[in-house]
Amino acid sequence: MNYNVDEKGYYGDFGGAFIPEMLYPNVENLRQNYLKIMREPSFIEEFNQLLKDYVGRPSPLYFAKRLSKKYNTKIYLKREDLNHTGAHKVNNTIGQILMAKRLGKKRIIAETGAGQHGVATATVCALMGMECIVYMGEIDIARQAPNVARMKMLGAEVRPALSGSRTLKDATNEAIRDWINNPVDTHYIIGSAIGPHPYPDMVTRFQSVISEEIKKQLKEKEGKENPNYVIACIGGGSNAAGTYYHFLHEEEVGIIAVEAAGKGVHSGESAATSALGKEGVIHGCKTLLMQTKDGQITEPYSISAGLDYPGVGPMHSHLYKTGRAEFYSATDDEAMQSGLELTKLEGIIPAIESSHALAIFKHKTFTPEDVVVLCLSGRGDKDLDNYIKYFNL
Amino acid sequence: MNRIKQKIQEDKKLLSIYFSAGFPTLNDTFTIIQDLEKNGVDFIEIGLPFSDPLADGPTIQESSTIALKNGMTTETLFSQLKDIRKTVHIPLIIMGYFNPMLQYGVEAFCATCAEIGIDGLIIPDLPLDVFEREYKAIFEKHGLLNIFLITPQTSDERIKQIDAASDGFIYMVSSAGVTGSQSGFGNTQEDYFSRIKKMNLKNPQVVGFGIKDAETFKQATKSTKGAIIGSAFIKHLHKEGIKGISGFIKSVR
Ligand SMILES: Cc1ncc(COP(=O)(O)O)c(C=O)c1O
Repeated sequence: MNYNVDEKGYYGDFGGAFIPEMLYPNVENLRQNYLKIMREPSFIEEFNQLLKDYVGRPSPLYFAKRLSKKYNTKIYLKREDLNHTGAHKVNNTIGQILMAKRLGKKRIIAETGAGQHGVATATVCALMGMECIVYMGEIDIARQAPNVARMKMLGAEVRPALSGSRTLKDATNEAIRDWINNPVDTHYIIGSAIGPHPYPDMVTRFQSVISEEIKKQLKEKEGKENPNYVIACIGGGSNAAGTYYHFLHEEEVGIIAVEAAGKGVHSGESAATSALGKEGVIHGCKTLLMQTKDGQITEPYSISAGLDYPGVGPMHSHLYKTGRAEFYSATDDEAMQSGLELTKLEGIIPAIESSHALAIFKHKTFTPEDVVVLCLSGRGDKDLDNYIKYFNL
Repeated sequence: MNRIKQKIQEDKKLLSIYFSAGFPTLNDTFTIIQDLEKNGVDFIEIGLPFSDPLADGPTIQESSTIALKNGMTTETLFSQLKDIRKTVHIPLIIMGYFNPMLQYGVEAFCATCAEIGIDGLIIPDLPLDVFEREYKAIFEKHGLLNIFLITPQTSDERIKQIDAASDGFIYMVSSAGVTGSQSGFGNTQEDYFSRIKKMNLKNPQVVGFGIKDAETFKQATKSTKGAIIGSAFIKHLHKEGIKGISGFIKSVR
C-alpha cells in the first residue's frame, strides 16, 4: 500500500485539485515546479541553514521521565514547541517563503486559526521583506489576542474573516478569494496539509524534517530508529504528517492520530472529523469532511483554535480509511487536564492543540517496553488566557 | 436538440441572469424564473446555494447564506422545479459547487436534472480533467452540457483544451476576481477580449463577472455572444424584492 501522494495528486481516494479555473494557473505552476525547486541544491542549502540557525533545529527529542513513570511506558516528546515562534508551523513557512521567492512572487497571503501559522508566516515575511496579509476568523482574533499583536508587530496586516463561523474554515475561504483576486504576484502559504494538490504533499515534505530527526535522535537514545508508536494531534494534519512521514511505510511503527472532540464527539460541538465526517470536497481537495446530508459544510467546535477545522488533510483520510493509523479524539476537558498534567510533571506548558495529543494516555494503554514518540507541536504561551480561565488560576 | 445549443444559434446578443435559489424567500424560485422569461431574458442560471462559495464575493455569499437559512436544499430545489417546463421554455442551467452534487450522487443529480428539463450545469470547482475522467459519460447520458470557465490568466493552450471539451458555450470570466468584485471594463479586458476573438473558438463565449447595467452589457457583448448578470441582479432583488425584476431587465436592454 502506498501512503504517499500519487502522480495525479491523490492519496488513495482522497486529494486532487478541485479548484475554480481562476486558481488553475497558480496551482498548476506550483504543481509543475515544487519538486524541481525543492531538489535544487541552493534551495536545500538555504532551507537547512534557516532551519538550523533561525528556527533552532534540530528540535530536541526529550525523554519525559515523570510522564513515562505515570503511564508506565517510555514517552519521548518531540519538542516542536521550542522552535522559533513556538510551534511546528515555521518549518512549513520557511519552506514556502523560499518557494514563493523562486516562483517570483511578491506578496504573501495566509490563513490562520490559533494564530501560530499566521505568526510563522508574518515572521518569514519580515525575514524576507515581503508583504504579508493574514486572514483570521473574527472569533479567533478575539481568543488568540497575543498572536494577533505579534503578527501586527511583525508587519503583517491581519484581516478578519467575517463570514460563516468566523473561524479557520472561513479564514481559508477568504485567503482563497484573495488569491483569486490577485492571480499574478501572490503566493498563498497554506498552513496545514490541506488544500489542492500539490499543497498537502508540499507541506508534508517541509514538515517531514520532524520524523527525519526523530529517526536519528531515537537511534542515539534507544539504539533503533523506529519507535513502537508515533502520536500527533490533527487539525488539518501538518504536524501529524511531518511526524508520520518517514514511518508511513515502516509497518512495525504504529501511527496514532488524536482529533478534537470538543464537548464530546456526538455533542454537536466537536471537530472529530474521522468520526463525524464523510467524503467531500473542501478547500480544493477531496477528503473526510463534516457536513450535512445535503453537502453543506458544518461548523466545527473545539476549545483549541488550531484544531477547529471541519476536515482533515487527504493523507490522513487515506490513513484512516486504510486502517494504517488509529484515530482517537480528546474532549476539551481531557485536553485541558492533560496539558496541566504535563506542566506539573515536566515543567512544560503545551499548546492546547498539543494537549489533545497528550490526552492519548487517557484513552490507550501502552506497555512498559513500548517506545512512544509524541509530537509536542507547540508551546502554551498563546493559550495562557484559556488555561487561566479554565482552571481559575 | 439541447435548448442551449438552439439558443446560441439565434441572431442576437444573449442576456442571462444568475440568482441564488431560495433567496429572497424560499419559494421565490418558480416566480423569479417565470418573470425573467417573461421579460425577455435568454437563459437562466439557477444558483444552488453552498455554505462555502469560494469563487463568490460578498453579495452572492450573502444570498447563499440567506437561502440556506431559509431552508433551501438540493431536494427542495428539485421539487420547486418539478413542473417548470410546463410554462418555461428558455434554457435553464444549474450553477453550484461540487460538494452538494457529490453528496446527492452525481448520477442521481444528473438524472433528476434531465427529468426536470435542466439543460446544463456550471460547477466552478469541478476541474476539467476530473470531469472528463469520471463524469463526462454521465452528463452525456442525460443530455446535460457542462459549461467551463476561462479567465484572463488562462493560457491559449488550455483555452483550446477547454474549447475542445465544451459544447454549448464557454463562460468567459471578465477579469481576475471573485464575483461582484470587478470595477469595470478597461484596457485589460479589451486585450483579453481581442485575444479570445482571434482564437476563433468553436464555442461562442458568454461573459460573466462584473456585468451590472446596460453599459457593461454592451461592452461585454461587443465581441462575444452574450453576458451574464449575477451580483447586480441579486443586489436589486435585495432592495426591491421580486416585483422589481421587470424594471431591472428593461434597464439592461
Ligand atoms: C501548536 C499547534 N499544533 C497543532 C496545530 C494543528 O495544525 P496541524 O494539524 O496542521 O498540525 C496548530 C494549528 O494552529 C498549532 O498551532
